[in-house]
Amino acid sequence: MKTKAGLSDRRKFILNMARGIGLASMGGFIWSAFIDEVTASQLILRPPGAIGEKDFLKTCIKCGLCAEACPYDTLLLAKPGDHEPLGTPYFMPRDTPCYMCTDIPCVPVCPTGALDVSSVTTDGHLDINIADMGLAVVDEQSCIAFWGIQCDACYRACPLLGHAITIEYNKNERTGKHAFMKPIVHADACTGCGLCEHACVTEKPAIHILPREVAQGKAGDYYIKGWDKKDEKRLKDAHAIHTTTEISKEKAADKLNGDLLEGLYE
Amino acid sequence: MSLSRREFLKNSAAASAAAAIGMSVPAELEASAAKAESGWRWDKAACRFCGTGCGIMMATKDGKIVAVKGDPAAPVNRGLNCIKGYFNAKIMYGADRLTTPLLRMDAKGNFDKKGKFAPVTWERAFDEMELNIRKALKASGPEGVAVFASGQYTIMEGYAAQKMMKGGFRSNAIDPNARHCMASAVVGFYQTFGIDEPSGCYDDIELTDTVVSWGSNMAEMHPILWSRVTDRKLSDPERVKVINMSTYRHRTSDLADIEIIFSPNTDLAMWNYIAREIVYNNPDAIDWDFLKKNIVFAASPVNMGYGMRRTGEKSLSPARPDGSAGKYTAKEMETIKHEMVHNVSAKEAPALEVYGYKEGQDMVNKPAGLKHWEISFEEYKKFLAPYTLDYVAKIAKGDPDESIESFKKKLQTLADLYIEKGRKVVSFWTMGMNQHTRGTWVNTLSYNVHFMLNKQALPGSGAFSLTGQPSACGTAREVGTFCHRLPADMMVKNPKHRKITENRWKIPEGTLNPVGNQHIMKIHRDIEDGVVKFAWVNVCNAYQDSASAKHWIKAAREMDNFIVTSDGYPGISAMVSDLVLPSAMIYEKWGAYGNAERRTQHWRQQVLPVGDAMSDTWQWIELSKRFTVADVWGPYTLRNGKKLPDVRKAAHALGYTDDTTMYEILYANKEAKSYKVDMDSFPQKGYDNTESNGDSRNVIGSDGKVWKGYGFMIHEYLWEEYASFGRGHGHDLADFVTYHKVRGLKWPVVDGKETAWRFNVKYDPYAAKAVAKSGNGSTHAFYGPLAKALSQGDLMGITDKKKKSLKDKAKIFARPYMDPPEMPDAEYDTWLATGRVLEHWHSGTMTMRVPELFRAVPEALCYMNPKTAEEKGLKQGDLCWVESRRGRVKAHVETRGRNRPPRGLVFVPWFDEKVFINKVCLDATCPQSKQTDYKKCAVKIYKA
Amino acid sequence: MKSLWNHYRYLILRRVTQLGLLFLYFGANAWGWTMLQGNLSSSIILNVVPMSDPYAALQMLAAGAILATDLLVGVAVVTFFYFIIGGRAFCSWVCPINMVTDFAAFVRELIGMNKLTGVKQPASRNLRYWVLGLSLVISAIMGVTAFEFISPISMLHRGIIFGMGFGWMAVLVIFLFDLFVLKNGWCGHICPLGGFYSILGKFSLIRVHHSEENCTLCMKCKVVCPENQVLYMVGKESLPVLSGECTNCARCIEVCDDDALNFSIRSMAQNKKMGE
Repeated sequence: MKTKAGLSDRRKFILNMARGIGLASMGGFIWSAFIDEVTASQLILRPPGAIGEKDFLKTCIKCGLCAEACPYDTLLLAKPGDHEPLGTPYFMPRDTPCYMCTDIPCVPVCPTGALDVSSVTTDGHLDINIADMGLAVVDEQSCIAFWGIQCDACYRACPLLGHAITIEYNKNERTGKHAFMKPIVHADACTGCGLCEHACVTEKPAIHILPREVAQGKAGDYYIKGWDKKDEKRLKDAHAIHTTTEISKEKAADKLNGDLLEGLYE
Repeated sequence: MSLSRREFLKNSAAASAAAAIGMSVPAELEASAAKAESGWRWDKAACRFCGTGCGIMMATKDGKIVAVKGDPAAPVNRGLNCIKGYFNAKIMYGADRLTTPLLRMDAKGNFDKKGKFAPVTWERAFDEMELNIRKALKASGPEGVAVFASGQYTIMEGYAAQKMMKGGFRSNAIDPNARHCMASAVVGFYQTFGIDEPSGCYDDIELTDTVVSWGSNMAEMHPILWSRVTDRKLSDPERVKVINMSTYRHRTSDLADIEIIFSPNTDLAMWNYIAREIVYNNPDAIDWDFLKKNIVFAASPVNMGYGMRRTGEKSLSPARPDGSAGKYTAKEMETIKHEMVHNVSAKEAPALEVYGYKEGQDMVNKPAGLKHWEISFEEYKKFLAPYTLDYVAKIAKGDPDESIESFKKKLQTLADLYIEKGRKVVSFWTMGMNQHTRGTWVNTLSYNVHFMLNKQALPGSGAFSLTGQPSACGTAREVGTFCHRLPADMMVKNPKHRKITENRWKIPEGTLNPVGNQHIMKIHRDIEDGVVKFAWVNVCNAYQDSASAKHWIKAAREMDNFIVTSDGYPGISAMVSDLVLPSAMIYEKWGAYGNAERRTQHWRQQVLPVGDAMSDTWQWIELSKRFTVADVWGPYTLRNGKKLPDVRKAAHALGYTDDTTMYEILYANKEAKSYKVDMDSFPQKGYDNTESNGDSRNVIGSDGKVWKGYGFMIHEYLWEEYASFGRGHGHDLADFVTYHKVRGLKWPVVDGKETAWRFNVKYDPYAAKAVAKSGNGSTHAFYGPLAKALSQGDLMGITDKKKKSLKDKAKIFARPYMDPPEMPDAEYDTWLATGRVLEHWHSGTMTMRVPELFRAVPEALCYMNPKTAEEKGLKQGDLCWVESRRGRVKAHVETRGRNRPPRGLVFVPWFDEKVFINKVCLDATCPQSKQTDYKKCAVKIYKA
Repeated sequence: MKSLWNHYRYLILRRVTQLGLLFLYFGANAWGWTMLQGNLSSSIILNVVPMSDPYAALQMLAAGAILATDLLVGVAVVTFFYFIIGGRAFCSWVCPINMVTDFAAFVRELIGMNKLTGVKQPASRNLRYWVLGLSLVISAIMGVTAFEFISPISMLHRGIIFGMGFGWMAVLVIFLFDLFVLKNGWCGHICPLGGFYSILGKFSLIRVHHSEENCTLCMKCKVVCPENQVLYMVGKESLPVLSGECTNCARCIEVCDDDALNFSIRSMAQNKKMGE
């Protein structure tokens, strides 16, 4: 066979390699960008026992065994069009919440450890009450209990009623003889099962589940509550302190030698 | 007419303020407030649901209700609602609303009991009803025609139904679902006060120091009242104490300082324990002056049975060697046999010793009716002797995991709070004390404690029966749609009362039937016995709400009878029926409800009914057109042999002929026609009135012609005629128009003023009048007229038959603890209690059609203790069978959540037609009030 | 009728196997059967024998995941199985996309698309090995299982078991690609899973064997073969098909009217060859 335009074999090889690498890079970038996009969603709620989202995406093999184990059809596998990482299990509590089965059938079946049995085990027994699927957040504007309506549907739906949701009583000064009964979510007890979101009677739920990462702030390890002995445990993550602000970014000597001084007596 | 926003606000503020203080508002102002917002119209109404009686406002646009709000001017709720109230308007717009009459028919279009439902005209529907009523009257006389009535009837509906049944058909077989709800409270009121309904009002909540909830989950069942209790608690957390008395933990415990979980039925013992503490250990706390002036002591027989079927009844014959009898299995008979003979248990023996019964002895039961007699204080004291802390704690402790010491301490504290001088106490109760085989007893026991301490009928103090239904008071009780009652606390068995009623109704003397014994369970049983051949279900769900349901449904479906249900939606009762009629729902008609604090509230028709639906008032009046004097006023012989006279001649003397219809006599008479349709003035102006005027739907009516209306203001007529019964007799109601201006008034309304605390000289003009007359200088007068002359006796019975008057006095009853007829045993080892949840109303026909409420609570769960579940091999979420001697249902196990029963008891709500728990429940009733005990029967639980 | 069976027996058996497995998987989710739960990524037989996709596990490894024991056992089971019966037997006997691409190839032949595009294919069959390599690189860089997020095989399979969503679009893309762009485009050129199984099946025991002496050079086998480069020996030499790219679909065997192609065991095939 003759070579086109008389390219040398060596040159042809280099060009072919370059073409291959170029096409692979191009494909790779598009592929990566796509994956970055589809895994970017932070608003997904995972089954009980799910490991951290980053590791979860690595580890979940998308076999659906958890979804098949779920007796309530709570767990779904993300389909194209769901705008969630494809094939991974998740749930939408407004449609079907997690009913917090005490035997947690969805977790032990996971072949890859993406759902971690040890994270839902207390003293050698499965314990759904320590699951962490998310955190309920109340929108006080649309929650009718905050208007004074006697609702508490979320409170009564809560499997950890009295722990994850409690009622705060306040006087209703407008009527002068009724009390507000406001649902208060306790982040330390809430598992994110979503029974509250499911039960909420407003058109769009006034209480909804967000992944804990999204829902919660973080005060950091620097300040420890002086009135709470248990808070000491945060200290274990405390680390040496280095601070830089706009005013402190120069070395001390540089600042002293700088041109600020002149301005002081101008 | 257009109003500026400012003017609107000013006007509505004036209207609110005026209504809040019970003042009437100039009609022009009212009308302008209603129409100020162009595009929609706001008008006041009452909430459809519980007995609290919240005021709501309806926004109507293009003939549909589009929004609701709590009525800020309503004194009960001041603009707030619970979540059922929040969804008031949505209940009317369910996709499967009944819009046309439906009849079971064969292929040829003839009625066929086994046929499928198909649409028919109203004319055909009434033809079938007429035909079957005639058949029933022929077969069984007036006792063969029955109505399952309602505490959710509007007052006028109930009155219209009652008038046709008792005045037209001469049948007293009309009894409301309120029988299941507060009949025990009623008999308690009658026996204690001689007149029905609570002495206090909701303002007691703001004035009291102590709220004791006995068998009432107020937090879920009366949320707005509970919110007021909560506010009171918040106002003075140290002083104000809240105690929750229940057989299982529920949401009312959240706020409670003390929660007392007791064993079913032992409320009887606990009330007597408190009384004993007063009499034996704190005699100084007794207000002897008050007792001497106002109270007598009384006793009644204890061997009165449990309101179940008795040997000799048709469906209980023949008795077979295997233990079964008639239509009842051997298993069922194990419980029913207690109705005849009950073996005294170790638990109840100490309490029954003073009546001469010992443990293991047979107690032969006899129907005792309402008989009671006066006894001495010493006898009462003797009766109380057994109720020591040790005995009561032993039988009453309901949580096996609680220590007896802890329970005793709580009982002691409870008694101390009642007794504490200067401490105001309100005792609230609902179904726990009413749905009880000794419901009447336990109701009267509550007053004992309050009376001895002089803590009754005082602002902030009193025993206060809360009602479950929106008009259990207003319609069922005040109108008297019970088998034994007539309006304004009159009784069918009292010849004077019958005469008053006959005169008022302009019907011949002797028309009214003196035998009124067909209460709701009796109607079911009479259908099963083949006596009742025609039954009509009105504004209730009689086939879902009655215990031992399988019997009644089988009788309705398989025997020769004709069952009609009028309803908004296809519930179980409609399914069981032969003919289904589409009824107008609450805001599709003019109406009025009366709540638990004697507050009567009216509303106008807000919208036209859906489809061809028509109100129950219209249905009754149309039915009355089908029957003439000759048809219904001839002679009858009742099954007890009593004869109803032929009153046709007497009717002629009143100017009626044989062909005069009941319509002309009972509804379209001269007096009725004096209430004019007046579309130019308040309150009729601008509002539809389907019954009086017809409406733009042009529904084809019962005669096959377009419905054009009666031509007079039927609602006002029914109201005014009904109200005239009570005026001057302690039941005074204001006039029709006034109620449309105010946010309800608490009767008796005397000289335009409502009454907050009855029997109290300071607040109740009737009491003031009575004391002025007697001159005894008492602070109270319990002026109710019923059972106010008693024979004398001791605990064992009457010793002196001569009756002594106890005018203006109330009674303290000696009534012991007794077991219910069915208790857990080796096979059926668990108590079953049923009840409601906040999200759903009764049988769920309305609220299960509100998507938000359905989503919140889509099914009834079987609430049980986690340890009970473990014992039964069940876990959270499992399906289990709940099985009694009568039937079984499947439900999901809930070991967490709102209700937390102690070991050995399960709770299943009854709103869910798919978890038909009344198949399991026992139809034992209080033998005096005939109210079913839904709170206790024995079941076994196992995995499904 | 008999000749119909003869001509389609393997095709029918393959379809029965493919659909049967799908049905078992579907039944597990829909009706709670325990015969075969999960999906092609990972599954469990009768709640005992685990099976996991080794290629998916490889991506997990590249992504930096810790591989659980259950998973490793499952991978071992599947690897061993395909190592024996021929890696790409997965493609023709299990993979549901195979039905789509076979159908595309059938339509392509039917409407004469092959004539339009000519015999010359515009892409190399080695592309799949590039995609395979790329998938592992991206898995490592992005820290996720890269192919699993775009795999139309999983989309279709999961879709059938758990609900399709817009997954049918991916399937349609494959179909149209195979029909109009590239003959045997997806399975024969791009699919990295096919590439992976080609490598895995390099040494498998079950092989198609060609007997040159029976061959009439009708070339029907080359027309139906989705990987016709593996049949280079047809009409030339009696040889077993040793390339891992052969999917053991046996279409060549059933279209051959001359008994020139048959299944045999690898060692025997080699021996035979040696014996000649």
